[in-house]
Amino acid sequence: MSRIGVFVCHCGTNIGGVVNVPEVVEAARHMPLVAYADANKYTCSEVGQASIRDAIREQRLDRVVIASCSPRMHENTFRRTVAAAGLNPYLLEISNIREHCSWVHSDSKDATAKAIDLVRMAVAKVARHESLLPKQVGLTKRALIIGGGITGIQAALDIASAGHEVVLVEKEPSIGGRMSQLDKTFPTLDCSACILTPKMVDVAQHPNITLLTYSEVKEVRGFVGNFEVDILKKAKMVDYVKCTGCGTCWQACPERIPSEFDMGLGSRPAIYIPFAQAVPNKPVIDIANCRYEKYLKWKETEEGPEPPQCRICEGVCPTEAIDRSQKDEIITEKFGAVVVTTGFKTFDHSVYGEYGGGRYPDVISSLELERLMSAAGPTGGEVLRPSDGSHPKNVVFIQCVGSRDDKVGRPYCSKVCCMYTAKHAIMLREHDHEVQCYVFYIDVRAGGKDFEEFARRAQDETGALYLRGRVSQIYQEGKNLKVLGEDSLIGRPVEIEADLVVLATGMEPSDNADLIAQKLNISYNTYNFLIEAHPKLRPVETQTDGIFVAGTCVGPRDIPDCVAHGGAAAAKVVALLSQDSLTTDPLTSIVDPMKCVGCFACKEVCPFNAIDEQVTRDKRTIASINESLCKGCGLCVVACRPGAVNLRGFTSQQLLSEVLTLVRG
Amino acid sequence: MSVDNGPLIIGFLCNWCSYAGADMAGTSRAAYPANIRIIRVPCSGRVDPLLIVKCFEEGADAVLVAGCHPGDCHYNEGNYYSRRRFALLRALLDFMGIEKERFQVEWVSASEGKRFAKIVTKFTEEMIERGSRKAS
Amino acid sequence: MHATAAEYDVSTRLVCQKLGVELRELEDWVCCGASAAHSTDHLLSLALPAHTLKQAEEKGLPLAVPCAMCFSRLKFTLHELENKDTLALVSGAVGKELSTAVTVKPMLQVLADEDIPLPIAKPLSGLKVACYYGCLLVRPPEVVGFDDAENPQTMDHLIERLGAEAIDWGLKTSCCGAGVAFARLDVVLKLSHRILSLAQKSGADCVAVACPMCHANLDMYQKDMTVKLGWKTELPVLYFTQLMGLSLGFSPKELLLDKHITNPLPMLREKKLT
Repeated sequence: MSRIGVFVCHCGTNIGGVVNVPEVVEAARHMPLVAYADANKYTCSEVGQASIRDAIREQRLDRVVIASCSPRMHENTFRRTVAAAGLNPYLLEISNIREHCSWVHSDSKDATAKAIDLVRMAVAKVARHESLLPKQVGLTKRALIIGGGITGIQAALDIASAGHEVVLVEKEPSIGGRMSQLDKTFPTLDCSACILTPKMVDVAQHPNITLLTYSEVKEVRGFVGNFEVDILKKAKMVDYVKCTGCGTCWQACPERIPSEFDMGLGSRPAIYIPFAQAVPNKPVIDIANCRYEKYLKWKETEEGPEPPQCRICEGVCPTEAIDRSQKDEIITEKFGAVVVTTGFKTFDHSVYGEYGGGRYPDVISSLELERLMSAAGPTGGEVLRPSDGSHPKNVVFIQCVGSRDDKVGRPYCSKVCCMYTAKHAIMLREHDHEVQCYVFYIDVRAGGKDFEEFARRAQDETGALYLRGRVSQIYQEGKNLKVLGEDSLIGRPVEIEADLVVLATGMEPSDNADLIAQKLNISYNTYNFLIEAHPKLRPVETQTDGIFVAGTCVGPRDIPDCVAHGGAAAAKVVALLSQDSLTTDPLTSIVDPMKCVGCFACKEVCPFNAIDEQVTRDKRTIASINESLCKGCGLCVVACRPGAVNLRGFTSQQLLSEVLTLVRG
Repeated sequence: MSVDNGPLIIGFLCNWCSYAGADMAGTSRAAYPANIRIIRVPCSGRVDPLLIVKCFEEGADAVLVAGCHPGDCHYNEGNYYSRRRFALLRALLDFMGIEKERFQVEWVSASEGKRFAKIVTKFTEEMIERGSRKAS
Repeated sequence: MHATAAEYDVSTRLVCQKLGVELRELEDWVCCGASAAHSTDHLLSLALPAHTLKQAEEKGLPLAVPCAMCFSRLKFTLHELENKDTLALVSGAVGKELSTAVTVKPMLQVLADEDIPLPIAKPLSGLKVACYYGCLLVRPPEVVGFDDAENPQTMDHLIERLGAEAIDWGLKTSCCGAGVAFARLDVVLKLSHRILSLAQKSGADCVAVACPMCHANLDMYQKDMTVKLGWKTELPVLYFTQLMGLSLGFSPKELLLDKHITNPLPMLREKKLT
């Protein structure tokens, strides 16, 4: 027989002012299995907790009901209280008579009656609680980072510096990400490469970091502390042990392909490093564009004209590092935690027909302008018009292209465009004093340290004309572009003759962000931005334990925020990997092996892949719950037809007893 | 049961959204009638349709299930399952001779305290108008 | 069509005859109510086109609409009738059970159909044409569902099939100012002048249009533009059907090419197309 103790809290007058607490205590004393009932002024105070501990010992109580505030408030506090008195912490039930009763009802009689009901239900439920012990599982003290942009770099360095092994996977031939494409950074106008490159080198040289460039995550299995990940290492066709990165091959390669790094404004050979400061500073062969690879492909079918055989790179390589025998390879690695930092791409402005839909060569995106401004870019840092190579004098900037625009399905603000446009206006003026900039904007959003001052500087010092309004049309007139827009502050249409139009294209998640999320079993929103566990309080965690997210794959943010975010994710990973074993929440589902018929309806509905097949000694295949993966949602319980699955803490019997106690009284 | 006047309403509230929403109603002192008795469940997907049938069988006047808004489920997709299950249950209740208006499913987020109070008030008023099942 | 836009009427009929496209004029068509009705009475603005639509539906024929404004109103009406309440309301006003099962196409779309062979008698080689669609033929895209709103191609492809060159230019769908044609002539002049000057700068010998209002504004006011805006030359503005007719072998006289205010004949003669 249970001996249940009931403790009713006055919570000062919060509960006691409405609910007749003595009446509730008296009613509790007469409830089945209740051995003791008492009231406290403030149960959560040290005095209140001590009185519960004393009563448990003195009254030999084996189960406790506390009628007080919401369990979402103090459940963990009171679990520790009863545990301190020697009880299993899961033999506690909290009855919410404050938020759900005294605070929302004013009639004392009704509220008291309701409080008594709620206590009665808790008593019925607690009688069916079981002692539960959290389980301990081991973990692999290694972290996987997916994406080698500034966020991933920061996370990798922080985790590695804390003493844990890190594998950094990057799909491109070099780490560096979008930041490496930028010329300068706002609001300090630091050269992007100058501050990024040392960090990239640190990654390459860190003894705890393994860098896997030109690689992709294929599949993820397992759970927190114990992930198993298949990683595809694409064939680079270059032996990185032999290669010294001397550059002879990429200077000799006769092929020319539009450079992805230069946004198609420049070209690169087929054996290439994406940019001069690439890490690793060793090339890959772009198989789709290599002349010899094309020849090999042709040889298989001998269809069409025979392409040249080339192989110049092999001839010039002083270390014989070209290795065409390399094949794509899948390796499997174990990790305790995963950080997703897959970053962003810029919005494709060709959907804006009114801006030319990509027809006009001199209507470019901001990232293209970054490449034109960069000293390492295709024009050597001279801003030249793509159409004729002339120096633009009148430059129109259009803000919010693919941001704050429902029409193109991008209602969100991309957060960085106002600032980078201010930077562009300042930089263009530095490049050429005769440049006149015009900026069409909706609002200038400059929330951030030194941001407003910077945006002001663009307006006040560079003579950039900020026009509040949208552009309705751009068309080519002779060599120049005519920009028709509205200045909504004076309520007039405006026409500007422009040499160059720069569209502030917004941020959207990288291609396949949704596929990566699916592999990791984490959520993403309609735009494919990954969803954090809590937008404010758990910004880098996800709903799947051990998987963390950071940087622009979560939402638009600037470089300092990305660095902070990457560091935050690293801190969480370090906290996780610093443990010797992981404690799992025991409030999980369990399977009764005698009742399970092996239909696996439970497996179908489980959102966490926590249900495995297991063969019993009598050769029946039944369901078994992986308690490390189970989150305790209880979907499987309802799906189970023979009633073999139950959820600890919320068993079918407990829910039923709450209903019966309530209705039958 | 100790609801002297009026209908007894049983509310199953998901821990992450609606239960927290009901807490929010409390912290913002958004009053509603005292007829509802709330049972905490981890997810609206944990609520077995048969348990709801049981509630009615035992004499409850109405049942409210509230969960996270579609797309906001703490467990990613639990509320999608409950949504489908309850659509079927509604048809079944009708067949069983229980007015389907007595069973209500709502999506209430953790920040919608006032809305929770409004939903409960309206539901209670409707049930008062409809009268007790025992009387009918 | 019988009066100020007779050129469009006559040339369309000739072209259709030649191509074997049979036109049947609805006996009881009514004004679409453009401008007057749709800015004052919403129900009336739907009921008037609905009356015309009903006749087409009863005849079981697709509706080919030469005027862009009429086309726009008819399409808007179909769009709004998708709503059941609106359908009931307008049905009541027209006094007939309406439906949305009517196909409405602009005349341009009908004649540009590449399945209809063009028996070209005289290719318009050497002629550079700026195809001007105006604002209503392609907008709003979700209502009219015809071509691209910013850079349409239907007329361009048709003109190319006639042997002429359709130039690429940026004001194909800009407004000519027809909406304020009588109230604000200054606006009409400014907008139309912008269209004509870009067409000319882009190397066009003439502008092809598919709407009587567009034609009126671009053709009629070139003299005023000279006086008020310093428009120096003349740029002929022709209906696309006239260009079709020319290439199909009809004479300029038959096509009423001599009726325009801005005379296209010298240009056509120079290009050896008459």
